[in-house]
Amino acid sequence: MSESLIDIARSAVRRALDAGATGAECTISEGEEFSAGVRMREVENLKQAGSRGAGIRVLVGNLTGSSRTSDLSAQGIESMVSGALDLARITTPDPHAGLPDPADLGRFAGDLKLYDDSVARLETEFKIAQALKAEEVALSADARITNSEGASFDSYLGSRVFANSLGFAGEYRTSSCGLSVVPVAKQNGSMERDYWQSSAREAARLESPEEVGRRAAERALRRLNPRKVPTQKVPVIFEPRTARMLLGDLFDAVDGGSIYRHASFLTGKLGEKIASEALTIIDDATMPGLFGSSPFDDEGVSSRRTVVIERGVLKSYLLNTYTALKLGLKTTGNASRGLAGAAGVGPGNFYIEAGTSSEQDLIAGVQRGLYVTELIGASANTVTGDYSSGAAGLWIENGELAYPVSEITIAGNLKQMLMSLEQVGANLEFRSSIASPSLLIGEMTISGQ
Amino acid sequence: MGSPPSFLTSFFAGKFGITERDLESYLSEALSAGGEYADLYFEYLSNTSIGIDEGIVKSASESVTLGVGIRVIAGERTGYAYSDDLSPEKIRKAARVAALIARGPASVVKTGFQEASKHNLYPMITSPHEVGLAERVDLVKRADAAARAYDSRVFQVIANYADSVREVLVASSDGRLSFDRQPMARMGVAALARETDGVPQQGYSGGGGRVTLDFFLNEKTPEHFAKEAARQAIVQLSAVDAPAGESIVVLGPGWPGILLHEAVGHGLEADFNRKGVSAFSGRIGQQVASPLCTVIDDGTIGSRRGSLNVDDEGVPTQKNVLIENGILRGYLQDTLSARLLKSASTGSGRRESYQHIPMPRMTNTYMLAGQSDPEDIIRSVPKGIYCATFGGGQVDITSGNFVFQATESYLIENGKLTRPVKGATLIGNGPEALKYVSMVGHDLQLDEGIGICGKEGQSVPVGVGIPTVKIDKMTVGGTAA
Repeated sequence: MSESLIDIARSAVRRALDAGATGAECTISEGEEFSAGVRMREVENLKQAGSRGAGIRVLVGNLTGSSRTSDLSAQGIESMVSGALDLARITTPDPHAGLPDPADLGRFAGDLKLYDDSVARLETEFKIAQALKAEEVALSADARITNSEGASFDSYLGSRVFANSLGFAGEYRTSSCGLSVVPVAKQNGSMERDYWQSSAREAARLESPEEVGRRAAERALRRLNPRKVPTQKVPVIFEPRTARMLLGDLFDAVDGGSIYRHASFLTGKLGEKIASEALTIIDDATMPGLFGSSPFDDEGVSSRRTVVIERGVLKSYLLNTYTALKLGLKTTGNASRGLAGAAGVGPGNFYIEAGTSSEQDLIAGVQRGLYVTELIGASANTVTGDYSSGAAGLWIENGELAYPVSEITIAGNLKQMLMSLEQVGANLEFRSSIASPSLLIGEMTISGQ
Repeated sequence: MGSPPSFLTSFFAGKFGITERDLESYLSEALSAGGEYADLYFEYLSNTSIGIDEGIVKSASESVTLGVGIRVIAGERTGYAYSDDLSPEKIRKAARVAALIARGPASVVKTGFQEASKHNLYPMITSPHEVGLAERVDLVKRADAAARAYDSRVFQVIANYADSVREVLVASSDGRLSFDRQPMARMGVAALARETDGVPQQGYSGGGGRVTLDFFLNEKTPEHFAKEAARQAIVQLSAVDAPAGESIVVLGPGWPGILLHEAVGHGLEADFNRKGVSAFSGRIGQQVASPLCTVIDDGTIGSRRGSLNVDDEGVPTQKNVLIENGILRGYLQDTLSARLLKSASTGSGRRESYQHIPMPRMTNTYMLAGQSDPEDIIRSVPKGIYCATFGGGQVDITSGNFVFQATESYLIENGKLTRPVKGATLIGNGPEALKYVSMVGHDLQLDEGIGICGKEGQSVPVGVGIPTVKIDKMTVGGTAA
């Protein structure tokens, strides 16, 4: 008896047009989440539930309004549509407001492997056992691992539907599962925690509990008894986990929304050399099985691969329909939104292309410097490029990791950091939609003692 | 104003026909496989937001979300499920899923609810839809105009206004019944300024609380926030590089209270301490700050962003002393931690929504005023940095290291504020940092009401406050020698 989600989305668009909208787009998402948490060898919590929601954006000429609801009944949809129309009437005309060029609408043709049935088939007992095993491996790795914040196994099954008044209607399913553990190490009054996490769209691609537990323990242990180094300027290596965070800050600087507002230090730099030759950045939403992939973006524009920076030269911003129109460019298929509202700009798989050196080689090339394993409270000013963050990591002496450091900050300016990027590691792994290999930056300011 | 509202007149009874008998039956279902405790959290949240950008009211949006979260506690274990459909069969189904955490014979639910006492901290409003949309649009237009009028160097302005009403109903198997209507409104303004063809700089200001639109017409106007955002952007135009290394740091009053939230607040949440993973674990009664410091977490301040009549477990909020004259006094407890630590809830159980398991959280965290004149504090510093406004902060509760981002700061040279400096991250260690507090001003201020606290993926609104405070040693993450 239940209507399919795509029919509900189509009918919401139709209702909007019937009620006076000149254009409309409707997003529906449905999901089922599960998580099992264990701590100190006991089950701590189990959570399981499903939810769904719909959102609509309507255009009345150049006016736009939007609304969302978790009530997908005919009455709920009706009230969502009329709410959006009421809101549209109080906005002011925006000459750039609209829907995508119909020619850009479509669906990436290949199989993106976003959904795998193996995740749906996982038994609760199995998921709990995986989490218990990962924690056990971490706890028994070393006598100094004395405690744990727990381990968890999560899974998610979702559907996303999008329809607009230009006739586009599409749907895709996603699956994901993840295993993580947070061990606590203690020695001589020093207490440190770290974590390891593995996520995948199919169960078989998850790292084993042994691997997850072992790596988490290793990371927590190597942080014990940190020192605070003196204030100085040195080369800094970001390992993949922290390099990915830095790359996330850089994403904001190529987001078309920051560009048209002149809120990015990369405004007006298209075609210019803004980084060292070592840097090539790609955004690609068409890579099978990855977290940043999708057949179409949140405006129904087909997904694609965009070269953002090529050997240091800024080749493209990342754009949705609106920001493209503002800048006189074409959308790059990076529209992103929750359920309601105008689309923003979001990443596909946004990554730094791997170099050829091993991380070991990067470290070996540094006489004295910092290997950053944790960024805390990173603040990147997209407007000016100023960058400052709390950090912890390992001090490099004579090309080797020597001892842990913490309670320090690292600072610089993204403009200079990009230019002084000396080497990119070969160790690129796609653990989330933003991915980077290790990066060696020529010089940053370390604040310590 | 008549008799206090009773359950029969409450939102969920009225709109969804939920009876006390229904609540008992759902709780029985939740405890059908055993367990000592179960509770239900019904939530109906409606939200409206308006935004102006480039002088155009580009966005207007509203949302309605509703659902019920069901929790079962068996020993240290928690089972949780939720439903966004309030039909009896869907709620029962969710209750059976939550029940899976326990493995035993059914537990008995106490019959007959007792309505919990609660505060009356914020205005009772009907629904945001009953206030005109046009009035809201006017707020963002006024903010846009005021920021541009402040200085001709301001060239971009974004202003947003959002308000919401959250209806909640909590019922527990030990007979607690509680409901509340929680308003929230917030305005934010961001401005960009530049000299002719120069490098742009940004400023941001915002505020609000558990208030209605009237607050922005009568107390803190759009012009107030707009001028502040514009002023900050203009100040940044002449900012020099922030210093690098250890320095004397003076925090201005108000929002810099985020220091307390990060340095001590999170570390005192009972879940971390029950598990022994906080740098403050086992330190009750110990000196963790200078004797000048008394730090409070208070959920009972009228209309504040972090305030609640009852917490998200239906327990009335309290004024909790965390640190008294430098001595660590207590933790923030939710129901689960209190049960396990054989203590009482401090009214600190909070959650982002019905989809989330509650945990101990802060409300409004601040330091009591001291004796010093703020001017004297600055005069006492030969060389240092004065932080007037902050961005956000973060803490690693295990090592105790915390950071916060100063967005408007000045050099202090020979007892005087001199040049503005660029934004910088400051870092310290929680149990150590406050030991270096050597002067506390008499000018306690609470922040304007923009704080959002994140913990384990859940965001909740909070407040902070602090008087002018001098910290003799802290690491400043700038780039200047």
